[in-house]
Amino acid sequence: MELVPETPRATTLVLDVPGWPGHRAGQHVDVRLTAEDGYQAQRSYSIASPPGAGRIALTVERLEDGEVSPYLVGELRPGDRFELRGPVGGYFVWDGEPAPLRLVAGGSGLVPLMAMLRYRAAVGAAAPARLLVSARTLEDLLYRGELERLADDDEDLRVAVTLTRSAPDGWSGYDRRVDRAMLSEVLGPPADDGRVFVCGPTRFVETVADDLVALGYDPARVRTERFGPTGG
Amino acid sequence: MAFVSRGFRGRRRDPAESARVPPGQYVVDDFPVLSAGPTPHTPLEEWSFSVVSPAGDVLRRWSWEEFRALPAETVTTDIHCVTKWSKLDTTWEGVPVDDLLSDVEHDAAYVTAFCDGGYTTNLPLEDVLDGKAWIAFAFGGEPLEPEHGGPARLLVPHLYFWKSAKWVRGLRLMDDDEPGFWEALGYHMYGDPWREQRYWGD
Amino acid sequence: MEDADLRLDGNAAAGLLAEVFALELTTAVGTCGSCGARGEVGSLAVYAHAPGVVVRCPRCDAVLLRLVRGPGRTWLELAGVRSLELRSPEGA
Repeated sequence: MELVPETPRATTLVLDVPGWPGHRAGQHVDVRLTAEDGYQAQRSYSIASPPGAGRIALTVERLEDGEVSPYLVGELRPGDRFELRGPVGGYFVWDGEPAPLRLVAGGSGLVPLMAMLRYRAAVGAAAPARLLVSARTLEDLLYRGELERLADDDEDLRVAVTLTRSAPDGWSGYDRRVDRAMLSEVLGPPADDGRVFVCGPTRFVETVADDLVALGYDPARVRTERFGPTGG
Repeated sequence: MAFVSRGFRGRRRDPAESARVPPGQYVVDDFPVLSAGPTPHTPLEEWSFSVVSPAGDVLRRWSWEEFRALPAETVTTDIHCVTKWSKLDTTWEGVPVDDLLSDVEHDAAYVTAFCDGGYTTNLPLEDVLDGKAWIAFAFGGEPLEPEHGGPARLLVPHLYFWKSAKWVRGLRLMDDDEPGFWEALGYHMYGDPWREQRYWGD
Repeated sequence: MEDADLRLDGNAAAGLLAEVFALELTTAVGTCGSCGARGEVGSLAVYAHAPGVVVRCPRCDAVLLRLVRGPGRTWLELAGVRSLELRSPEGA
């Protein structure tokens, strides 16, 4: 096991999972911790690593009064064991289809979408891709350097960032909450092929999904994954 | 089979409080929101509270205004959720269920609380009488928030908190103990936290 | 064969049930028993901050599925689902 700090609040756990059956981009795992007296707590975490990468990566946001996340990113040491079930979920997944890929992420909702972008780059998928990611500040943006590199190397990938709390001087991206105009500018007009994947906190996903439908996107092409109040 | 995760303790109770906390519970300071569906927002002018006969006839009905004109009590009590959190010294304001059933003629032995959103829960009649249950409309001195069951919820603190139905709209008198929303799917018919009656057969 | 010979015991469905319950459920298409809306299970509304998990129709909020897990036991109720169309992998 290896811990990779991503932002002041998020850390990636890179894990060797004996007998890992392989996964699809967008899937998650359930992590279950058991205390000595039998008390158990379970949470779901999206897989950040692409299919076929060997070890699997989970990016965990540390919630201060959380129960599982402080343990995973603060207490866990190499050699420790915990239970992992998965990979699970066959709905919010992308298998490299050539149709356009449109991604909208709020906060750590970027994690499963990053698995899709990493997979797209790893297999040289033909699908043009657009990502709109919303973060509070630039420091809170996950995988920032990697996103820049991916977009620089690939004219079929466009990455747009909006910072909702504070933006640095000279910031050229968006600096407001995701709205219809922003979605339209980044994702382009609704197309009748490909899918839109939206992942983030419940209210973020609800607003974005409603806006997409209002913009004319076919609801059947919009796949959502709400984080909800995880209690972390 | 589960194995222990070294150093994981989870949320723990303070041992000093253990006499007040039923087995298997831990104490929280916040007030977790549990919900089996979307939060209803019934306007107060459309809200009413009913007492219904076993046959389904409305025996008594109060509008919000009438209900709020009834004498209310302030209750400070501990609450215990079957999902294992307990919250100590919560303060509620509500109308005792005794007063809502006092002039209703019946020979029922059970009640089913029914709610906006379709939730139900079943209780023995004696567990909602003699100062053991209230229809609560305020928490911590403030009107009860919709996410916590406002405008009014049943409060039966001596049983697991799923019995304290949110968004309650009435009590149906029952001749037999019919399982409610969770009691029909594995949860205990009675739900005494001190006997850890969580599931069928506990 | 007479009518009386047609009835088997539940065990006769063991293989079929094992096959069906092992399929990926989030891509199965469910039909709401209340309003008739159709949608993949992955698109339904899930309320998990509760004593159990409640799956509702995103159109009419009707309860489609409930699941409660206790130590060593699981209760599953599907009364609100009119039908569930499951896809076998690779058209098997």
